[in-house]
Amino acid sequence: MSISKAAINRPTSPHLSIYKPQISSIPSITHRITGVGLGAGTVWLAWWLIAAASGPEAFATVQAFSGSIIGRLLLLGFTWAICFHFINGVRHLIWDLGYGFDLKSMEMSGWFTVYGSVGLTGLIWVAAIMMRGAL
Amino acid sequence: MRTSLGIVRGLGSAKDGTEHFWVQRVTAVALVPLVVWFMASLIALSAGDHASLVAFLKAPVPLIAMLLFLATGFYHLRLGMQVVIEDYVKDEGMKLAALLANTFFCTGVGTAAVVATLKISFGA
Ligand code: HEM
Repeated sequence: MSISKAAINRPTSPHLSIYKPQISSIPSITHRITGVGLGAGTVWLAWWLIAAASGPEAFATVQAFSGSIIGRLLLLGFTWAICFHFINGVRHLIWDLGYGFDLKSMEMSGWFTVYGSVGLTGLIWVAAIMMRGAL
Repeated sequence: MRTSLGIVRGLGSAKDGTEHFWVQRVTAVALVPLVVWFMASLIALSAGDHASLVAFLKAPVPLIAMLLFLATGFYHLRLGMQVVIEDYVKDEGMKLAALLANTFFCTGVGTAAVVATLKISFGA
């Protein structure tokens, strides 16, 4: 079977490097990035559970890392990532049901995802800080 | 879920029809309440210590929710990463290696997390 040159050199799509970022494309690629990022974060989750299963000393090591500046920044990032992926994931499911796919609704829900994920992250952190009685 | 055309034609190049797409959606739907539960639990536990996490996972409902969250989450992750790998890794050998690594990672880390949860729950 011979493959023609045209078939080998066929253009790949979309041309991300020359494409203007838009409210349609940003949440799409961010969904992918947050999905992969959360996947990496599962190592931390497993570490937390394994340490808790091993006993208080091992658990204290994980908690010390989580409580450090780097740990807290990472936790903040993961909180936002799960909020974003969550809201945009529900957006995907609504599309799959056949709703909200016209340009206007899509743009509105896109912005909702962007601002909503930041707002939800803030709410979660305020709630957690209140639990500690520090607010 | 398979389209009738897919059955007739041998389910397309991946040989499993729309199964992958469908299970990705099923796990996504299941993750909606499970992630809400997980985040709420993390907030509640954030002020606690080792003993409070152990006590939490010894209760049956949190244990069941945690196991469902882990199983569904790692399954969803495996399906999702598979699509990402298929999109970006062009070389067939590399692709196969990456897909295997993905499956081993999700099964391995997922099983470790499940066993740890069970040990916390049933341990002394
Ligand atoms: C409420 C929770 C969640 C919902 C509703 C959700 C929803 C979805 C949906 C609908 C897709 C398919 C997107 C598409 O077809 O382009 C997807 C992809 C994905 N999800 Fe989730 N997800 C959730 C949680 C998670 C978690 C906890 C992880 C990681 C552990 C994760 C990792 C991924 C990955 C890696 C992909 C593939 C991304 C891609 O193909 O671009 N998701 N998610």
